[in-house]
Formats: sequence, C-alpha cells, structure tokens
Amino acid sequence: MSRRRLLGVVGAGAAVAGVGAGVGALANEAMSDDPVTQASSSAAAAVPFRGRHQAGIVTPAQDRMHFVALDVKTTDRAELVQLLKDWTRAAERMTQGLEAEEGGAIGGLPEAAPADTGEALDLPAAALTLTIGFGASLFDDRFGLAERLPPALAPLPRFPADDLDPARSDGDICLQACANDPQVAVHAIRNLVRLGFGKVAMRWSQLGFGRTSSTSRAQVTPRNLFGFKDGTNNLKSEDTLALNEFVWVPVVDGPQWMVDGTYLVARRIRMHIEIWDRTPLVEQEQIVGRDKGVGAALGQKDEFDPLDLHVRGQGGVPLIAEDAHVRLAAAETLKGAKILRRGYNFTDGTDGLGHLDAGLFFICFNRDSRRQFVPMQQQLSSKDKMMEYLEHTGSGLFAVPPGVSRGGYWGETLFA
Amino acid sequence: MISTTARAALAGVGVIAMAVTAGCGTATPQEEKGGGAIVVTAGDDACQVARNEAKAGTLTFEVTNKGSRVTEFYLYAEGDRIMGEVENVTPGLTRRLIVEVSESGKYQTACKPGMQGKGIRGEFTITGDAKKAVDTDEKLADATKSYQRYVTSQSVALVDKTKEFVAAVKGKKVDEAKALFPVTRIYWERIEPVAESFGDIDPKIDGREEVLEEGMAFTGFHRLEKDLWTTGLQADSDAIADQLLSDIEDLANRAKTVELTPLQLANGAKELLDEVATGKITGEEDRYSHTDLWDFRSNVDGSQAAIASLRPVIQERNPALLATLDEKFAAVDAVLENHRVGDGFKLYPELTEADIKEMSEAVDALGEPISQVAEVVAGQ
Repeated sequence: MSRRRLLGVVGAGAAVAGVGAGVGALANEAMSDDPVTQASSSAAAAVPFRGRHQAGIVTPAQDRMHFVALDVKTTDRAELVQLLKDWTRAAERMTQGLEAEEGGAIGGLPEAAPADTGEALDLPAAALTLTIGFGASLFDDRFGLAERLPPALAPLPRFPADDLDPARSDGDICLQACANDPQVAVHAIRNLVRLGFGKVAMRWSQLGFGRTSSTSRAQVTPRNLFGFKDGTNNLKSEDTLALNEFVWVPVVDGPQWMVDGTYLVARRIRMHIEIWDRTPLVEQEQIVGRDKGVGAALGQKDEFDPLDLHVRGQGGVPLIAEDAHVRLAAAETLKGAKILRRGYNFTDGTDGLGHLDAGLFFICFNRDSRRQFVPMQQQLSSKDKMMEYLEHTGSGLFAVPPGVSRGGYWGETLFA
Repeated sequence: MISTTARAALAGVGVIAMAVTAGCGTATPQEEKGGGAIVVTAGDDACQVARNEAKAGTLTFEVTNKGSRVTEFYLYAEGDRIMGEVENVTPGLTRRLIVEVSESGKYQTACKPGMQGKGIRGEFTITGDAKKAVDTDEKLADATKSYQRYVTSQSVALVDKTKEFVAAVKGKKVDEAKALFPVTRIYWERIEPVAESFGDIDPKIDGREEVLEEGMAFTGFHRLEKDLWTTGLQADSDAIADQLLSDIEDLANRAKTVELTPLQLANGAKELLDEVATGKITGEEDRYSHTDLWDFRSNVDGSQAAIASLRPVIQERNPALLATLDEKFAAVDAVLENHRVGDGFKLYPELTEADIKEMSEAVDALGEPISQVAEVVAGQ
C-alpha cells in the first residue's frame, strides 16, 4: 500500500519559477560582507560554553554534527555527578580550542597514555558546541531522580509508519557536538566517551554532515538530501520573543531544575533518495510545497516571502496541496505551534541492496513536545505525501537542562 | 501541451475491447462480417486458435478453457501492446473477447495457463484496410484508452476473484482462502496507482498494520492475511471479508470512470516500481503469508502495461529508450522467473540475501529508464 496519488503534471501547482539566481547570490554576499554577521559566523571562532542556556541550540547551526546516546552503567550517584564535573571541565576546554585535558596528546609523561586523543591538535575551536540532555530512563530508581521527572518527558507516542529500531533509540544521556570541522566534533564526543568508560556506555551514535537548518538570519538556507532548501521557515536566534514562547522552559512550566532548558527530539529519518531522484521535478515541488531553486513557497516569489496557504490556482485548487509538507508543518495548521529545527544530513553506508542508507537526522528543540513536536509529527506521519519517501528508524526525547553557571557543572540543577 | 481530445474524436480510430462472460460452458458464436467468432481452445499446454488471419474490423474470440489451470487470453500488437484480453478463464469456462482492430499488420495471440509468463503464442495477421498514418496526438489518446481498458479488465477480474476469496473465508476453508489470497491480489497490485488516486479506499483495502493511524481499524487484505496465517479466523473475519468485497466493488466502479492522462501513465509505471523497491523487495508487504513475490510480479505487470500503452509514442520519440526499457523489463522477468514454483513463487523467507540484492539491482536498472518516460511523453 502506498499513499501517493497518480499525479497529473500540469496542475495548479505549477510554481512561479526562474526568479532564483539573483536572490541566491545576494544571500551569499550578505554572509561575507555584513560586519555584524561576520563575527558571529566566523567558522573557526570559539563559542562560549557557559551561559544562561546551553550552547548548540540557538547558536548559528554549524556544518557538522556528532551525536551520541549513552546508558549509565554506574549505580553510584556520586560517581555520576563526578563524571558530569569531569565532562564540564573537558567540554569547556575543547570548546575553547584546547585539548580535553591538561597535558593533552603529547605533553604528559611518555609512559602515560595520552590525556587527549590528538586528532584535533592543529585544529581551531571551529565553533564547537557541546550540549547535554537527559532521557526519561535516567529518572528511574537508580539515582533518586524519580520525583524530578518532567511531565514533558512523557514518551513520544507511536506515529503511523514508524519503523523504529530500539537499538537506535532513547538513552539515559545524550551529547550533541556541533562544529564547522567534522574532526573537531568527533574528537569532542570521543574524548567525553573516553572519560565516561566504566560509568557510562555508548548506546548509539550518529554522524551528520551538512546542516539542514538555519538558526540565524545571517545564515544561507542549506539544502537537504532531497535537494530542497531546508530551514527557511525556522525559528531564528534573533526571534527572542518566539524563543521564549516556543523553546525555553519558563518558570511557569517547571520543574524548577528545567527552567531555561528545553527539550530535544531526535529522529533518524531515512530518505528513499533513489526513488525520490526518479520523481519529476514538479511532483517533488508539489510534495514539499516550495519551488526547488529559490525555495519560495508555491504561489510566492522569494524564499522568505511568508507562506500563504490560501492561494488558489486554476479551478480553485490550492497551490499548496492539502497534503504538502509545508502545509502540514505550518504553524497555521498546528494552531500556532512552532519548533526550532537543527538537523543534519547523514549517510551511513548502504542498505545492502544497492542503495545509500541516507537521510535526515532531525533534531528539534521545543518547550513542550506534547504541544509542539507531537501534534506536528502526528499530522506529517499520517498525511504528508512526503512520507512515501521517508522512514523513521530511530527516536529520542531528552530534557536539556539550562546553561552552566560560573563555577557550576553540566546538569547541576538536576542533581543539586 | 498537446491537445488530444478533438483529434481523437474526429479520427474515429479507436480500439474497443470488451470481455464478456458467457453462460455456464456454452456460448453461441455470432455471425460477423468476414467470418464468425474465432474459437480458441485453451489447454494447459496448448492454445488452438481456429483461424490466424482476419480482416480488419470487429473480431470476436470465444475462449474455452479445456485445461486444469486458470488461463488468460490476449491479442497483442507488436511489442506486446495489449489490444484486448480476457482474464480469469477458469477450467471449463468459455469467455468472449470482442476486439476492434483497424490497422492491418502482424499481431500475436497468447494463452497463459497459470496466468504467468509469455504464454503460448501464435501469429495472427490482420488484412484489409491500409495502415493509416496515426499521428502522435492519436497515439497518446490511444495510449490512455488502451490503459483504461486494461484497468477495467483488471478491475472486473479483481471483483470476481475477491468474491471467490471472500466465499472461502466465510466458508472457513482456510487452505483454499490462503491459495486465493496472492492470486486475488494480482489484479489489485497491477492497478495500484489507480486505486491510490481514490485516497480513502487504499488504506481500507491494503493498509498494513504499522501505517495505520491510532484509532483506525485494521481491515482489508492484510487483516485477513493475518487471520488466515497467524491468529486464526476471528469472530469478525466474515464482516471484514464482506467489507473488503464491498470496497473492491466500490473501487471497480470508480475505476471505470477514472480519466487518465499520458503523463499519469508514465508516472504510474514509475510508481509501481517504487512500490516494489520500498515494500516488496523488503518482504514487508505480506509479512504473514510471505507472498511478496506475487505482488512484485504484479506491480511489474502493471508497469509493463502502462509502458506498453505508451509504446507507439516512445517508439516515435525515443526508440533507444524503448530498447532499453524492453531490455530491463526482460531482465526483471528473468530474475523473477528464477523463483517460480508452479504457477506461483517461492515465499519471501526462502530467498537468500544474494537473491534479494539481485532483484533490487534489476528493479533499479529498470527504474531509471522508466523515470525518463515522463519526459518523453511530455516533450514535443
């Protein structure tokens, strides 16, 4: 069974195309010439580790990601807290462009195993951010955290057509490393995992190349593996009011330890890119609801023209189809709900049948998944024409605690 | 874009085929201009066609199955373009096929005992009217009409077969129902893109458990599949079976009036292969009965039929692509035939990883050229 319609090609969805070249070029120039954006988007610079919120959320999305989920193996709460402190020290160093530990790869005793793995020795900070999250499974009876389980960490429901591999899902703790250099991101995760041996064990990991979101207006919208711009209509770091409404956990929501934190949803979405590639261009555009070149919503001219779901074409047929992706994901359709998307393209070898195992490692941050991500995914999984080309193979929901204070450690508010 | 309607209406070059089920066993041949009905005696190993030549005009074939396997009869133009066909001729039955053929030339008859393979072929020559130059507009109009006839005939067979299947389920004849399950689905899987265009019907008839939304009932073929192979017939299996028949009849009615464009044919051919690539190759379509290869074969059949309808257009505009398509279809056929068991196939778990990879590669090799047909059809 499948859900795609047998499409007529010349329909109301014929997009206004061909205006693109100029717009794209302008966007690129804004990136490099604008002095304000230059500093914040400098690829090699360091991003502060401490702050009110954790970094790696509204930080302008870097190009690379390494994500890992871990299970806690120690049953000793003090040992777990010590690990968080060790991680804090190492994370702060690495995000400055320093080695994970004093002495590092070559500066310690020759007889000792090196304190840093060394592959980032000659590399700058590359805008590395490290973000930690806690899964619902951590709040069992092992560490006395049961009473602190946030209601918003309720398990995600099963969505239609989910094909989740438990081995690629969930976890007690997650670590997200993003950087503009893939080696820097991998180095960070590797060294944190090393510090954790005996206390935590890696459950699953995901490497991402190529960001698929813009989290700042200064960024050019990147493309996903369908070849479409991805992140045009995303919450941006400049939208402070919207971030307070849709991303950061406020006092009124609680629990106290989560205030100024957020919730991370990770979904490993395999894309059947081979059959997508055989799909006519106009059908691809109708499925997405945008034109492929410029990224303008169908019926509009420029990428950032606001989405209008009510424009109709020939015969009164809506230009953006009822089951088009952008319609179903739109705030208007979802009673105003929005999320901050920050995902990455991935390819993990082949499926053994001559195809790439590739897709989108979707990440979003939202204040309460029950009111934001869940209703959105429910719509998409049940109605989106794009689902024909997608398969959700992994999933995780994590509570991302607030930023680290001066003198504090990662996740302190949960254990204090 | 090409305007087809006015031309087609004026040209009067149409090919009409009607399949009529005669009464139990006997039928009265009708006197026709240029000779009476052409009797076809179909057996398990033979296909005797009383005449192999006729004048252009309306032909009537009376096909009687004297064998033990269910059979089909086709009249093909060059390149296996279906001029007319009659399906599901069960042993002992006679069915009538009326075909209008206006172009003289070389054709082929085919009986397909077991409804598989190339069948038992015979040459058939049409004489008479000089071959008319048919321009591309008419070829495109013919393509959609030809495909629409295919859809209608598959729908009729689907309804008939579903009735048999449902009767077996309700009669608690589990083994018989199991044997009918993959065979009934042949007609469904051949025309699946058309079924999907009526969005609400597809999930009811063919929904798999994991794609259903919360609160949606699990009905249709796969629910009965689960009952027959895994859980045993349930208290509501009869009701589910009745609903399946009712939904299939609804589909058949709607399919009669569906209007398709040549581009939809091209896209439908492509989508049938997508179905194979994402559902049948993985064995997830028929997870209880493991009859995925029947569905695979039928999806390819449907794709072939759509492309065959478009053949004259592709031949004119891109003969190299046509040659590639023929080659790649033949390669898929060859790979599938390796897994034949009688009139059916091996069950999915009997396939090795190497087998599956081989099939996947053959489907990919076909998928790419098929995806180029839309462009050919759309071009000038």
